[in-house]
Amino acid sequence: MSLSILVFAKQVPDTANITGQAMKEDGTVNRAALPAIFNPEDLNALELALELRERYGGKVAVCTMGPPAAANILRRALYMGADETILLTDRRFAGADTLATSYALACAARKYGSCDLILCGRQAIDGDTAQVGPQLAEKLDLPQITYVESVEWVRKGRIRAKAQIDGGYEIIEAPTPILLTVLASSNAPRPVGAKRLMQYKKAVTRSELSARHGGRDYEDANLLAAEEEGLRARGLWIYEWGVDDLEADARHFGLAGSPTKVKQIESVVLTGSGTKDVPPTDEGIRDLVHELIEDHILS
Amino acid sequence: MADNFYLDNADIRFHLNHVGLDDVTRMREDDYRQAKEFPDAPADFGDAVDSYDKVLEMVGEICGSMIAPRAAEVDEEGAHFEAGKVRYAAGTVQNLRDLTQAQLMGVMLPRRYGGLNCPVTIYTMMTEMVSRADASLQNLFGLQDIAETISRFGDEDQKARYLPRFANGEADGAMALTEPEAGSDLQAVQLKARQDPDTGQWVLNGMKRFITNGCAKVLLVLARSEEGTRDGRGLSMFVCERCPDLVVRRIENKLGIHGSPTCELQFNNVPAELVGQRRRGLTRYVMSLMNGARVAISAQALGIAEAAYRVGCKYAREREQFGKPILKFPAVYEMLVRNKVGILAARSLLYETTKHVDLRDCLDEHNRHRDEVPTEDIQREKAFTRMAAELTPLAKAFCTELANEVSYDTIQVHGGTGYMRDFPAERFYRDARITNIYEGTTQLQYVAAIGGVVQRLLEPLMNQLSVLPFEGKLRRLASAVDMAREKLQRAVRVVEQKNDTDYFDLMARRLCRMETLVLIGYLLLRDALRDKARECVAERFVIDWLPEVNEHYEVVDSNDYSLIDTHEQILAL
Repeated sequence: MSLSILVFAKQVPDTANITGQAMKEDGTVNRAALPAIFNPEDLNALELALELRERYGGKVAVCTMGPPAAANILRRALYMGADETILLTDRRFAGADTLATSYALACAARKYGSCDLILCGRQAIDGDTAQVGPQLAEKLDLPQITYVESVEWVRKGRIRAKAQIDGGYEIIEAPTPILLTVLASSNAPRPVGAKRLMQYKKAVTRSELSARHGGRDYEDANLLAAEEEGLRARGLWIYEWGVDDLEADARHFGLAGSPTKVKQIESVVLTGSGTKDVPPTDEGIRDLVHELIEDHILS
Repeated sequence: MADNFYLDNADIRFHLNHVGLDDVTRMREDDYRQAKEFPDAPADFGDAVDSYDKVLEMVGEICGSMIAPRAAEVDEEGAHFEAGKVRYAAGTVQNLRDLTQAQLMGVMLPRRYGGLNCPVTIYTMMTEMVSRADASLQNLFGLQDIAETISRFGDEDQKARYLPRFANGEADGAMALTEPEAGSDLQAVQLKARQDPDTGQWVLNGMKRFITNGCAKVLLVLARSEEGTRDGRGLSMFVCERCPDLVVRRIENKLGIHGSPTCELQFNNVPAELVGQRRRGLTRYVMSLMNGARVAISAQALGIAEAAYRVGCKYAREREQFGKPILKFPAVYEMLVRNKVGILAARSLLYETTKHVDLRDCLDEHNRHRDEVPTEDIQREKAFTRMAAELTPLAKAFCTELANEVSYDTIQVHGGTGYMRDFPAERFYRDARITNIYEGTTQLQYVAAIGGVVQRLLEPLMNQLSVLPFEGKLRRLASAVDMAREKLQRAVRVVEQKNDTDYFDLMARRLCRMETLVLIGYLLLRDALRDKARECVAERFVIDWLPEVNEHYEVVDSNDYSLIDTHEQILAL
């Protein structure tokens, strides 16, 4: 048996290591000031994919949607052992909410072709919605298991997985193809391989190759076409798809396809004056807990 | 950004960019022809350095974010011996899995066996970072030197059978040299190797003690193959596999490096293969293995020093007493500055050493595969061999003694807190303590180096460094180093002219130390020429460290035999 696995990943600002410049004046995230990293739970999804490939054989492809620099996480996926990578990048994808994102990813999954498993991280650390995976399954009309801890087995068109639920877990058996969203607790993602790094550091997208040659018009340059062919032959090609490469209705992409509108952003500035003495009595503690519940800090 | 032990260490990056590996890399990569055959081979020198840089960054990430956080638990749990088997600490198991998945178990091995074909210099940088994260892990990571030895001295068949297993992490190694009666003096090794006259099969019988990771799958064993001999020329090198006849009797309960199991082994008719030629086990192969290991232990010590210094510095910045951070007190910052300058000095010496080791290894490999080697190339190889053999013990002595000093000071900076097991300072102190003992004590490093000091082997290197275009402050500092060098030369002549073995042996330590300090003085001046921000480091070294040369000079020049004459008398009091 061999499995064809497609992993969706996202490049995110590293919110785990916030610095003073992390927020802009208007209260939005200053992406330039934060290092861009591979979304942590997407690494768990990739690790699960690589483990399943080790168990059953097959192929692991990784796809991300983002700015051209998101190619960096695809190279990292290659260093970890992915077989193939795809970058969805186009200005028209920008500004997408979860609906427009899952629409674009669904188009990409269809273009990629049939696969047994689609794996996503549970959620991204920038938006924290956990919506894209489930929406993607719906759009592709696939069954889904969310919050996956582990996969017991995959065989004869079926899968059995353990998924976390409130207060416990459940073991679910389902038909493949299927989409899974994977939890951080499911595994410890492997480090990058040094040998693969030295090999795949040369993997590029079409835009990167073109930029390396001074951004000349790619279509006219036979030279670049020959170089692309060489890179493809050596597995050093990161597929780059834009809106025009996908069979889709362009109105559903990006900002235009995103019904989510930000109504208001509130910039909360914490000041040093906000201290309060809590008497060290049962009553004092009780009052504090009530206050925290009223402020929705505790629920 | 999570902790990255490469990105947060500008000094390692400085040395990567300046060490000058052009020739080494060109030779290792067969003039970059390997790029045609292997997809991970670099196309040119720039490409190679870029690969080294990227791989080191990744090793820095693994060390900072995966290995270091497990170090305290590995130390606490330690390796165990249960039901005749060695069990690593849980963190050690994870560390080894991570290093294997990161394809780092055959860093220097040729690509055709699955290795990364990296120079010693790059491997040493990795060693330093691994040790900073968890000193005890270095003892396991560093055992790839075993594979390196098979790669250099084994036959093609042995290489093909063993090396890929090391590179893919399936096999781990151990080198079994020490015995109860053969520690520093390996010529006394007794473990017996007997060859069946009919089948030609060798079998090993006897005991080995203090064997790091003696529970490994593949062991290199130094054994007496020539019956009736008593010295080093009766010893040969063997390779054997773990088997029921090779019994781990116990593991040691140690002061530090708890993650690394130190085994006592009993060989009961263990089948083995000869590596290389008979009778050259100690004189050629173990010396080579040992020199490689000495470089690795230097880096282990430096890594511990780096880790200790950093926690000391952090604590001194945060801890407030008398209304201000203790770092503001001269007594504290004096210690930390001395630690930092010592670490920068050690690194300059270590990477100057690895560069010479790399050149020696490459020339050796290069010349071995040619039918006719021009005299000039043989001379070059010999020159680098001598230089590497001189620099290695000096670097080992300096780095390992420094690690002890720095980790000692780190506890001092912490005060009572540093004595407690809640903080890592005491672990660094315990881990550092073995570095100036194993792979040859500091005293034996000086025995190995003193011949070269008297022969003035490093003079050509010092000459090169002393004529660099120093100006202004650097010129004045260079003059101070020049003067220290004259004292060194005079001290050597004094000892030589005495022509007295006792006096020579007694003064060896001082001469070696003088040699080391003078060389480092020049190296730091050279580094300051490359990076102006380092001028103050060279200045500190000349002002704070170099005066030691004068002290040694005065003792050497004193013609004082009283220690030789009265030591028994004093000890008898």
